[in-house]
Amino acid sequence: MLAKRIIPCLDVTAGRVVKGTNFVDLRDAGDPVEIARRYDAQGADEVTFLDITASSDQRDIILHIVEACAEQVFIPLTVGGGVRAIADVRRLLNAGADKVSMNTAAVQNPDLVAEASAKVGNQCIVVAIDAKQSAPGRWEVFTHGGRKGTGMCAIEWAQKVQQLGAGEILLTSMDRDGTKAGFDLALTRAVADAVDIPVIASGGVGNLDHLADGVTIGHADAVLAASIFHFGEYTVRQAKERMRERGIEVRL
Amino acid sequence: MPGGVIAVVDYGMGNLRSVAKALEHVADGKPVVVTADPAVVAAAERVVVPGQGAMPDCMRELNERGLRQAVIAAAANKPFLGICIGQQMLFEHSEEGDVPGLGILPGEVKRFPAGKMCLPDGQKLKVPHMGWNEVRQTKAHPLWQGIADGARFYFVHSYYVAPGDAACIASTTEYGIPFTSACARDNIFAVQCHPEKSAQAGLQLLSNFIHWNP
Repeated sequence: MLAKRIIPCLDVTAGRVVKGTNFVDLRDAGDPVEIARRYDAQGADEVTFLDITASSDQRDIILHIVEACAEQVFIPLTVGGGVRAIADVRRLLNAGADKVSMNTAAVQNPDLVAEASAKVGNQCIVVAIDAKQSAPGRWEVFTHGGRKGTGMCAIEWAQKVQQLGAGEILLTSMDRDGTKAGFDLALTRAVADAVDIPVIASGGVGNLDHLADGVTIGHADAVLAASIFHFGEYTVRQAKERMRERGIEVRL
Repeated sequence: MPGGVIAVVDYGMGNLRSVAKALEHVADGKPVVVTADPAVVAAAERVVVPGQGAMPDCMRELNERGLRQAVIAAAANKPFLGICIGQQMLFEHSEEGDVPGLGILPGEVKRFPAGKMCLPDGQKLKVPHMGWNEVRQTKAHPLWQGIADGARFYFVHSYYVAPGDAACIASTTEYGIPFTSACARDNIFAVQCHPEKSAQAGLQLLSNFIHWNP
């Protein structure tokens, strides 16, 4: 049976992994390739790099990191952040990424999702959705790192990107991100049940049961977390052991 | 070209860097070349055909780049490893785009019925089939050496092969339905999963391929 995936996420800026809360108070957490190797050794099912480099002249640094990672880490690698055009998608895939994630660009130009999916295959195209609750049972899609509201319903947008050709959805609850209060399970379940493509739950993980809840209650196909792994609170292996105790199929 | 070359066939469909790097990792210094040159493929000691994207595009590119005959010849006479679309193209026909394959193995390529089926946990079948799933070895083969029966490999695909000859099935995997996850016949071994992304189990399979003398 297919295992539920655990995906550590690394925020990368100018070649270093950083972790902060809501993009402020960034703490240096190390070398991305070294950390990816460590997660691979712990049994991570994939690794995601989110390039949060602000200045465009440092954008190419992520390509070198992806190249180095592809030489040493033999599990799937997803890269997102700053993807605006089909050329960006190709550059990242050619450097060694397996999947490329797009967020703001997908909202501004939905045709990009369709074009990228047709050119490189839907299995390579992840659409990241940042969602914030606007009313009970309703979540709004935000872009630009959560700064701009779009007025769009997250569930409808998820169905739309599936139709456009996305192969997977990375769903982040802005209300929960950085809180360590657990995933927004209602949001996760509403989106996961509304689409036929895999959904990765993200935002809010503070302990290992939160990861398991994302699967059992949220119906997520994969769970993503950053800080609980970065600062040694838990290993990926511990997370998998807990999920297995909770009756979830994992790769151990 | 020097002897002992492992050729990774580049027909313009997707990133072959990961495949080449994983092979290099286990190649014991044997040269791994990513090539679009039919002559290099013909001279290679062993040949790997990866592939991702859509089957119609893959077949078109293979034909337009003049690599079709080189791949057919390699599959006929030297250690040959097909990965993902590189496995699917060995068959006669694909539902994806309703295109013919190379017809080296009997059978066809079918799509998972998205949304129409439920998994044992009650959730609906998501397509692509994406993630780590168990590979049940259905026959002994040198490429399974050192790999536990039921070991997990990384999959990402929406189509699967349905061989017309059960004798060429080397493993099955469950995803709503049992499907063929590896095929073997003579000098050909082909997998639906991505050994280059399957951590230790995948590296072991690639190492076995490099040392395989069918």
